[in-house]
Amino acid sequence: MTATPVLSVRNLVVEIPTRHGVLRPVDAVSYDIHAGEILGVVGESGAGKSMTGNAVIGLLDPPARIVSGQILLSGQPVHTLRGDALRRLRGKRMGMIFQDPLTSLNPLLTVGDQLTETILEHLDVSPSEARKRAIAALEEVGIPAARDRIDSYPHEFSGGMRQRVVIALALCAEPDLVIADEPTTALDVSVQAQIIALLKRLCRDRGVAVMLVTHDMGVIAEAADRVAVMYAGRLAELGPVREVLTDAHHPYTAGLMASTPLASQGHRRLRQIPGAMPRLGNLPPGCAFSPRCDHVQDRCRHDPSPTLDTCDGRAACWFPLRSQKDNTPEHDQEAEA
Amino acid sequence: MADTSSDIRPTRLRRAWNSDIAWSFRHAPVAMVSTLVVVVLILGAVLAPLVAPHDPFNPATLNLMNGFTPPGVANQFTGDFFVLGTDDQGRDVFSTILYGMRISLFVGFSAVLLAMVLGVTLGLLAGYAGGWTETIIMRIADVQLTFPAILVAMLIFGIAKGITPPEYRDQMAIWVLILAIGLSDWVQFARVVRGATLVEKNKEYVQAARLIGRTPFAIMLRHILPNVLNPVLVIATISLALAIIAEATLSFLGVGAPPTKPSLGTLIRIGQEFMFSGEWWILFFPAATLLALALSINLLGDWLRDALNPRLR
Amino acid sequence: MLAYIIRRVFQSVLVLLIVGLVAFSMFAFVGDPVDNMLGQERTQADIERLRQQLGLDRPFIVQYWRFLEQAAQGNFGLSYRQGRPVAEILMERLPATLELAFVSGLLALFGGIALGIFTAIRRRGAAANVIMTLSLIGVSLPTFLIGILLIYVFSVELGWLPSFGRGEVTDLGGWTTGFLTASGLKALILPAITLGLYQMTLIMRLVRTEMLEVLRMDYIRFARARGIREKSVNFRHALKNTLVPVITITGLQLGSIIAFAIITETVFQWPGVGLLFINAIQFVDIPVMAAYLMMISVMFVGINLIVDMLYFAIDPRLRVDRTAGGH
Repeated sequence: MTATPVLSVRNLVVEIPTRHGVLRPVDAVSYDIHAGEILGVVGESGAGKSMTGNAVIGLLDPPARIVSGQILLSGQPVHTLRGDALRRLRGKRMGMIFQDPLTSLNPLLTVGDQLTETILEHLDVSPSEARKRAIAALEEVGIPAARDRIDSYPHEFSGGMRQRVVIALALCAEPDLVIADEPTTALDVSVQAQIIALLKRLCRDRGVAVMLVTHDMGVIAEAADRVAVMYAGRLAELGPVREVLTDAHHPYTAGLMASTPLASQGHRRLRQIPGAMPRLGNLPPGCAFSPRCDHVQDRCRHDPSPTLDTCDGRAACWFPLRSQKDNTPEHDQEAEA
Repeated sequence: MADTSSDIRPTRLRRAWNSDIAWSFRHAPVAMVSTLVVVVLILGAVLAPLVAPHDPFNPATLNLMNGFTPPGVANQFTGDFFVLGTDDQGRDVFSTILYGMRISLFVGFSAVLLAMVLGVTLGLLAGYAGGWTETIIMRIADVQLTFPAILVAMLIFGIAKGITPPEYRDQMAIWVLILAIGLSDWVQFARVVRGATLVEKNKEYVQAARLIGRTPFAIMLRHILPNVLNPVLVIATISLALAIIAEATLSFLGVGAPPTKPSLGTLIRIGQEFMFSGEWWILFFPAATLLALALSINLLGDWLRDALNPRLR
Repeated sequence: MLAYIIRRVFQSVLVLLIVGLVAFSMFAFVGDPVDNMLGQERTQADIERLRQQLGLDRPFIVQYWRFLEQAAQGNFGLSYRQGRPVAEILMERLPATLELAFVSGLLALFGGIALGIFTAIRRRGAAANVIMTLSLIGVSLPTFLIGILLIYVFSVELGWLPSFGRGEVTDLGGWTTGFLTASGLKALILPAITLGLYQMTLIMRLVRTEMLEVLRMDYIRFARARGIREKSVNFRHALKNTLVPVITITGLQLGSIIAFAIITETVFQWPGVGLLFINAIQFVDIPVMAAYLMMISVMFVGINLIVDMLYFAIDPRLRVDRTAGGH
């Protein structure tokens, strides 16, 4: 694992100036994604997961902007790039898949038009070669009879097929990194699993690094190699998916797991986390999760939670849980020691 | 009711001051200037009998010798002074503008009121009742919308003129104008209100109100109407500018306010005749007033639409 | 698709029938046509004879049908004021209005779309803001004031262009045109700008609003995320989607140019049907009013139909007959 990660995000801070003050939808977030790896980014809506993805690909809607931190693509900084230089990277080096396949495709252009346009933009090939590649791209994502369907308009495909087309579009110029922003949320449950399987296969076959943004723990458990849990703009926990899921160190992750039905855990009572995530303009002092935390201590209410680098590397918490069974107060002293 | 409202008045005022709309107003210099212009013009029109230096429609005070006095210069025969000059009859242009604005604004406000009452009522009815009522109302709206409002207004004016006996035509002209412009402009209101009603009708709270036995009339008044006020307000503001322009246009074309009761449009029609002979002020000042009035109301409406529509912010 | 077109045609006919009813009611209830047609020396017998002749003693619905029959053949009777057949007067005046409307329409359409795209793409630019502010003045400026302003500058002060009339016209077998002479073209400039400017501002504002709406769409974000050039995003992806809703309203706008010509024709004493209509209102010349109304309705309804057909040409979703439901 000494290879340069495909994507490396370092202390990324995104701010939105509003009339009520400056909001920080992304606050000191750091993570790496390596080739052939799927990083799941999970959290409630408004936790900053999509905003992180948009920041990486350089599509933040003004007035949102990156104020500090670094985004490195295979070691090269991209957060400093503007305009055309940034545009040339999009599609070519990093692709993006959106949530709703119904609205992500231009209704007035055929699927083939949109594919060849993207290929011709980034690869030095002839139009007929681009068309061949477009058909191949459709075949790769599992569109049956791709040769016949390439001149169809988006509305002539079903929802699941459209999401396959979207994936083909994101991958057709062979990027190293794909940001998938809730790629299954808008789909029927039966189709969700197919799309996840497709993403996993493409990631493995092509060695693409995938950032999978979702609010669905089930999807994470199914697809991701590592998981980053976000809460109110900050990373709460980051680690290998099996460890985080079975042995959460951050009370928020633990609460999230306890509230998610997972087939692997058999029958058990689901619990919910009391309260709701605070709005960004209205964060409590200290740790953002402290008002909802079962294990809250005085320190949590005053000191902002530590970043991952400054504590144990797994959970951004003053008093990380050791294991799910070990919920007694003693562990807090141990953690401080 | 009375004492509760006095109880919460300070907080309500404070809340109004801090509300989004007030915030956006305080940060929109265009809106503030427009409001100032509109308020000054309306005050001038309403207080015309007090403010105007002359009564342009009292023949006893007119002196033909004062005719064609340029603005800001004393008349060479009588030595009288007129800020904005005089017309061919020796009438003070400033005073005729104030009185003309009275008529323009009266027709404008009345026509919009008529259109609003008609449109909101029919829109609520169509949206809530559905069925044949809705089909008939909205079909009529569709047919009318095929034609530009100004043409419909002209037509209504023409028909009404045909019906009124010739000796009453001048007297009735103002009311016919209001009717014509008002009837030509209700469709916008009806469409928006109907759309909103359809949405609100199926919400739980309306269903609940229906379940506990509220009459349809009460439901429409208490529950649905408040929800459509914002778009209605925006349309009313923009309609006001359109109605004032429509009135001026009709009067300019000679199918509106009669020369005995000139509105701004009539004044411009009269002034146009003197444009070629160099008496520009008889045309220029009424035209500038009309433009200032219509433009500031439009700017205000534009701002209001943006301020009330969070999506565009 | 065929079913849709048939339904639209049916609706158009319905509109025309309703307008016909309005026009006919004007004949029937506004002023007494018998009064208008007979002079001062009339006897009761004259009145009765004329009533019978005109079919005024028949039931309402029969009279309405007769009116429609006559109208379809272009027969609207005699003008009360001029005593000549209305159809003849209209045909004489129509070329002037159509030529004016055509030139103004082109100006409004191309100017409006170009400026709309520009102000949408350069939303935060200074030039776009200036144009938007000017356009608001343009919307607030009544057409007749624009005309007067242009006359003042270009006719009174500069003396470059004529302030009234059509100039020299050429008669091409019943169609008089001003396109073929220098003075005819010169006379056309000011009225065409006056008539086109207002519609141009409306079209421009509409295109801008729609385009901004489209630029917010997911597929635009997705196109950007694929690294498509800004030029292609704007003109290939956004513009086409903008034009679909713009076409309807623009079509209607162009239709209303013919109606707004009434104002321009009055300002410039342009000898078209609009000026005729305004004079008819002033003198309560019912046959001319009714005929004008019917004529303009046919034009509007025709334009609406054409606009509907254009929809199919642009939007593939409509071209296909409801393929696989899905969502």
